[in-house]
Amino acid sequence: MTDRNLPKPHVGLFVTCLADLMRPSVGFAALRLLARAGAEVVVPDSQTCCGQPAYNSGDTKNARALAKAVIEAFADFQHVVVPSGSCAGQIVHHYPKLFADDDAWRAKAEDMAARTFELTTYLAEHLDLNDTGAVFDGSVTYHDSCAGLRELGVKKQPRHLLATVDGLTLNELEETEACCGFGGLFSIKYPDVSGAIVDKKADRVVAAKSDLLLGGDLGCLMNMAGKLKRRGSNVRVFHIAELLANMTDGPAIGEDRDA
Amino acid sequence: MSQDPQCHDFQRGAKKALDDERLQTLLDRTLENGFQKKRLQGMSRLPEYEQLRDKARDLKNHVLDHLDMYLTRFEAEVTRAGGQVHWARDAAEARKIILDICLQADAKTVSKGKSMIAEEIGLNDHLEANGIAPIETDLGEYIIQLRDEPPSHIIAPAFHISKEQVAETFVESHTHLDPNRDLSEPTTLLNEARGELREKFINADVGITGANILVAETGTAMIVTNEGNGDLTQDLPPVHIALTSIEKVVPTLEDATLILRLLARTATGQEQSVYNTFFTGAKRPNDIDGPDEYHVVLLDNGRSELLGSEFRDILRCIRCGACINHCPVYGVTSGHAYGWVYPGPMGSVLTPHFVGIEEAHLLPGASTFCGRCEEVCPVRIPLPQLLRNWRVRAFEKGLAGRMQRLGLGVWAALARRPRLYRLVMNLAIAALGGLARGKGSFTRLLGAGGWTKARDLPAPQGGTFQSRYRKGER
Amino acid sequence: MNARKAIFERLKTTLDRVHNPTVRYSGADQRIQAGVAGFIPERGRSEGPAKTTLFVSEAERADADVRRLACLDDVPDVVKSVLGEVKFAALKAAPDKILQAMDWAGIDITFGRGEGTDHVGLSVAYAGVAETGTLVMASGSDAPTTLNFLPDVHMVVIREQDIAANYERVWDRLRGDAKLDAPDVPDAPVLPRTVNWITGPSRTADIEQTLLLGAHGPRKLIILLIDAETS
Repeated sequence: MTDRNLPKPHVGLFVTCLADLMRPSVGFAALRLLARAGAEVVVPDSQTCCGQPAYNSGDTKNARALAKAVIEAFADFQHVVVPSGSCAGQIVHHYPKLFADDDAWRAKAEDMAARTFELTTYLAEHLDLNDTGAVFDGSVTYHDSCAGLRELGVKKQPRHLLATVDGLTLNELEETEACCGFGGLFSIKYPDVSGAIVDKKADRVVAAKSDLLLGGDLGCLMNMAGKLKRRGSNVRVFHIAELLANMTDGPAIGEDRDA
Repeated sequence: MSQDPQCHDFQRGAKKALDDERLQTLLDRTLENGFQKKRLQGMSRLPEYEQLRDKARDLKNHVLDHLDMYLTRFEAEVTRAGGQVHWARDAAEARKIILDICLQADAKTVSKGKSMIAEEIGLNDHLEANGIAPIETDLGEYIIQLRDEPPSHIIAPAFHISKEQVAETFVESHTHLDPNRDLSEPTTLLNEARGELREKFINADVGITGANILVAETGTAMIVTNEGNGDLTQDLPPVHIALTSIEKVVPTLEDATLILRLLARTATGQEQSVYNTFFTGAKRPNDIDGPDEYHVVLLDNGRSELLGSEFRDILRCIRCGACINHCPVYGVTSGHAYGWVYPGPMGSVLTPHFVGIEEAHLLPGASTFCGRCEEVCPVRIPLPQLLRNWRVRAFEKGLAGRMQRLGLGVWAALARRPRLYRLVMNLAIAALGGLARGKGSFTRLLGAGGWTKARDLPAPQGGTFQSRYRKGER
Repeated sequence: MNARKAIFERLKTTLDRVHNPTVRYSGADQRIQAGVAGFIPERGRSEGPAKTTLFVSEAERADADVRRLACLDDVPDVVKSVLGEVKFAALKAAPDKILQAMDWAGIDITFGRGEGTDHVGLSVAYAGVAETGTLVMASGSDAPTTLNFLPDVHMVVIREQDIAANYERVWDRLRGDAKLDAPDVPDAPVLPRTVNWITGPSRTADIEQTLLLGAHGPRKLIILLIDAETS
């Protein structure tokens, strides 16, 4: 689909607040991959948060306010790409619902929803990226984050990209589609329950006997990394973008700097 | 078992369940390794499953759009077949109607098939308070009745009880039997229950069942069981009461059949439950068995209100339990934590409506919105959206707690002011990073006790993306 | 205001907002009148010998014991051997004229409804459904429902020609029979008091999810399937 004669797609990167604050390398990995795939990427500096925590807490007023800010920040881009299934899902599925009673804003939300994509989906399906140039001599396992999976159908795309990585072995997780227990603010509002759910997920990660755990959502990854670390596991946790951009030399999520 | 809701106690109830290793093993066996696998097997045997889901959803929506008409027709047909229809606005009215029928029949004992509506209205306590003994006949319900416990699941109410606990309970309750008898095998337990209940079935003065589906065309009500207890309940006593709710009606026998192709398959993976029983009216003049008197009690209890609300879609529910079986939260907390009759996702949508959002707000909050419930629901109920609707109402009433409201407010206020956000966040992240002192994560962090109790909190990588990007990093 | 009135008023107010009342009122009856056909899956469209084979395999899958007999006359002999297998002597049978016409010499048989003391029961099925190996029983003066549930062992005679491919055919047959049985009673109910779909013997998994047969209904379900040609 990528015809070198066509102009490069003009993409706005929605970094996500977690990547911005907790793990910038995810943002840089996304930039590298998008550039390699032939997109022209801009990172608007007026972006902050998609508003999902407010939305899922029932705080519709703030959810709408943040949605409007995002819609405005990305109004001029051909495509918007997000290295997170839940933030992308928030924009694609929930923004239009937030403005059900406001025709003007709903139209803008629907317009934005139509041009917003989760990162691996965009790379695999829109830019037809077949050569990430990634090399990884080891094994990985992959967690299917719920929002990406069920709201956006993110399933084959990350696996398609992982298949292009030289030397990599993918071991599927048992119950790969089971929730990791993060659920945004749920993880701190219901900490015991969340802890028990991630415990079960960690059992499965360990049983997959892989060097790395990958996924597409930092919230899930931080949750699982934190539990694996607490259990003294050696599994290293990265965002899939980091692996695909050959950025797994530095500390993994939760890993000490001199590990 | 008292029906006083304990929903406000969800966190404590959940913790109790989490600490119960035996329960956790039973949960894994029953759900992940049980119902989840069986449903997949059941689905694989019917290639048209997805089409059936669409048709069932459309059928239910059609019925809801014409509910009063189908109820009118149903009532007329029941009456034509010799049955009596009673209408109850709420739990109190339903209890009174049933008690009156039982008193008329001079009932001492009442046999009961499994009925969630009976739990919803607190029927057993009411009958007992009036000198009538209700006897649960579904084996699971019988066991929890003896133990004075609430059900933990709508299909498998006693799954949380081990066979050793069942044996203990039988020894305590069946005092006429030899206390040293061997009850180590499930078959011996079953045989004992079968023996105990046989006499009770035969001697019951009134039999009360629920009804899974009502058919307007013929005035038929039907029940679904594997044990046959519902059948002995509806067929043996001289009086049969079918206690049900208004949204269960469908137009024709074909419509009922559509739902039945989905129900057992989705719940337990079976092609059909062993016994699907359709009863229409009372005994006919030449019949040699069957009840002389047949009553249908139709309960509203706020369903007509739900019909006009943003929660309308929950009225499509066919009580298969699939959402419960696939919920990661239920999968570790089990049913008692939910504190009332209906657990899991469907329970978290229904319960606040019955007991009030003030009492029950922790239930719609107890979800990661993973979406698995909606994925498996045979009638495609958008459960996460309905749960979120409750969260909006809870937030509007200030039930979320001041700290949370404040936190969200501060976050939003910052997030709408990008430059201030960057300023504050750069400082905060730098401070957090400083606290970490080169370690990759925190085992403890002031203010993050909830998180760090169960897992480490990854420390920030350093800098923020925006600040590093603006400085030219790529 | 009585409960019925209150409930219907609330429903009407809510629903009139959704639909034009006139359209709504006719729509409901229309659908029942029109007799919208059911959606029959592929497995519900079997025919001929394949239909019988499907019925047998599905019934066995649900743990029914299916025995094929060449003709109705063979029933008493099979019943006698079953009584020997299950070690019970007495048989309670439905007062169905097909059964009453058989030669029961040497068998302790009583005709009537089911009682708590019955160990072995014998009934005649109204129909079978090949789709899921299900028996359809319909109550009547010659078909006591209690016999389907009280005995430990339940034997059911079914004629091959009464096996339908799917449930919908059986509903149609019941509707037709209702008109036949009471042609002078325009108001007679379409269905008998009890119609049972029975798929296998009684079971429960309520004790630690262990599957056990014989919860309250019969422990054993033995289907005596009479081949079509000679019945």
